[in-house]
Amino acid sequence: MLCQICGKNPASVHFTEIHDNTMSEIHVCERCAEEKGMHTPAQQHQFDIADLLAGMVDSMTNSEEERVGHVVCPRCGLQYSSFKETGRLGCSECYKAFQNQLKPLLRRIHGDTRHRGKAPVRGGTAGAALRHVQRLHDELQRAVEREEFERAAQIRDEIRKLEAEARAAVPGSPS
Amino acid sequence: MSAPIDFAGLFATPAPWLRGTGPHAEMVLSTRIRLARNLREVPFTHRAKDEQLHGVLARVGGAVQASPVLGGGLLLKMQECSAIERQVLVERHLVSHELGDGARPRGIYVAKDDRISVMVNEEDHLRLQSLTPGFQLAEAWALADAADDELDGSLEYAFSDDIGYLTACPTNAGTGLRASVLIHLPALVLLEEIQRVLKSIMQVGLNVRGLYGEHSEIMGNLFQISNQTTLGRSERDSIESLERVTKQIIETEERARERMLRDARTQLEDKVWRAYGTLRYCRSIQAKEVINLCSAVRLGVAMGLEGLCPLRVVNELLVSTQPAHLQRLAGEEMAPPERNLYRAQVVRERLAAAEREAGESRSS
Ligand SMILES: [Zn+2]
Ligand SMILES: [Zn+2]
Repeated sequence: MLCQICGKNPASVHFTEIHDNTMSEIHVCERCAEEKGMHTPAQQHQFDIADLLAGMVDSMTNSEEERVGHVVCPRCGLQYSSFKETGRLGCSECYKAFQNQLKPLLRRIHGDTRHRGKAPVRGGTAGAALRHVQRLHDELQRAVEREEFERAAQIRDEIRKLEAEARAAVPGSPS
Repeated sequence: MSAPIDFAGLFATPAPWLRGTGPHAEMVLSTRIRLARNLREVPFTHRAKDEQLHGVLARVGGAVQASPVLGGGLLLKMQECSAIERQVLVERHLVSHELGDGARPRGIYVAKDDRISVMVNEEDHLRLQSLTPGFQLAEAWALADAADDELDGSLEYAFSDDIGYLTACPTNAGTGLRASVLIHLPALVLLEEIQRVLKSIMQVGLNVRGLYGEHSEIMGNLFQISNQTTLGRSERDSIESLERVTKQIIETEERARERMLRDARTQLEDKVWRAYGTLRYCRSIQAKEVINLCSAVRLGVAMGLEGLCPLRVVNELLVSTQPAHLQRLAGEEMAPPERNLYRAQVVRERLAAAEREAGESRSS
C-alpha cells in the first residue's frame, strides 16, 4: 500500500478514526507522518470531515440529487452540487439557500437541528431571550428527571418571570 | 503568562500546555476548547478572495487589540513565516495543518495569556482556542467563552437563531465547539483493555483519536477524546458529558495502574528505567521512538518512581524533538538521518540538565 500523501513510499503509519461506529483509516509513510507532524493524535482533524460528509450526502437518491443539485446560493453563487463535492458551504447565506437539503443532513450529523448554545450578545435580545427560556425548559426537564425538585421549582419560577416580562415588553421596540 | 513579543520569544518558551501542571496532569496532558466563528458579511475562507481574507485579518486584528483578554499579544501572519516556523506552530498545537500551509492570507494571534489564541482564515474565519495543561475543562471553557464575548462586541458573527453559529462545514454548525482532552493511557494499553474502553467512549457519542504505528500497534499511548456534535446541545452539556466520561476513563486507568504496580512492579520498573536509559544515552533516535519511550517514562513519573525527571520535561520532549522544532533549534534544515543524531543529542542534554537541577535542589 502506498502513502496517501506522497503516493511514492510504502505506507507504514496508520491512523484510525472512529466515527458513528465505523472505522476509517489513513495510511501514510513514515516520512510524511514525520514531516506533517502526525505523531501526535491532536493533529489529525483534517482527514475525516469531508469523507464523513461525502458518505452522508451520497445516501440521497439520484432523482433528489438532480433536483437539488442546481440550487444556487444567491449571495455567493455556490451550487448545492459543489457543496456535495467539497463538504464546505460558501457563505452564511448558503444555510438559508439550501435549508431544505441541509435540515436532514444536520439531523444525520448531529441528531438534532436546533441550536441550544450561546448566542452573540449583540445579535438582538429577542432571540437571545427566547433561547434562554428554551434552555431553562431543557434544564427543568433534566432537574425533574434527576428528581431535583427544589431546583425544578426555582427554574419554573424563573421561566414564569421571564415569560411575564416578555409579555410586558412593547413589541417592535428597539433592543 | 507573559506575552511573547516575536516568533523567537514564542519559540524560547515551552508551550503552556506542556507545563505538567493542572488537575490530573499525570494522565491528562492538555485540555482544549475550540470555537469556530465566521464574519457574517464575508464568504467562508475557501470561497473568499485574497483581498477579503486580508480584510478579515485586519478586522479580527482590530477586535483582538481592543479586547482586554486577547489584546497585547503576538500576531504571526503565515505568509511571513518560513515553512519551518509554520511547522513549529503546528507541532505546538497552536496551528492546524490547514493554517500551517501558509498559502493564503492567514494568521494566528497568541494572546498575552498564551493559553488563548485565534487562528484567522482557517476553514472558518476565526478558530478561537484555549489550550490549558492538565484536565481543566471548566477553566478552558471560561477562557474561551470570555474571549469569544469580547470579540463578539466588535465583530458581527454569522449566526442564525435556529442553527446557531454558521460554519463552513455543517459538522461544526451550532455551538462551533470542539472540547477535547489529550490523555495518556499506558496501563489500559499494556493490559489490553484499551479497545473495550475506546468502544465505550464512542458509544456515548464522543470521538476518539489514537495514533497507530505498523501492524496497528498503538504509539505513545496518547488519545484525544472530544465531543462529536455541535447542534442540539448547549456548550455546557457537551462539556459536562466530556468531563463525566473523561473522569471515568481516568478512574479506569488509575485502577489499571494500581493492578500493574501490585502484580508486576518489577517488570514495570524495568521497562520504565530501560526507556529512561535509552533516552538518556542514545546517539541516534527517531521521533516515533522518543514518543514511545517518553510514554514509559511518563508512566514511571506518574506512578511516583524516584529519580526520574519531572513531568514537564517528558512533556516538553514530545514537542521539542519533532522535526521543525529540531531544525529551528539547530538553525538549519536537516535530512532525517541527521535529525536523528541531533534529536538524540537534544534528548540527552535535556535529561542531563534535569538531573543536574534535581541534584542542586537536593543539596541546597
Ligand atoms: Zn509519503
Ligand atoms: Zn452562499
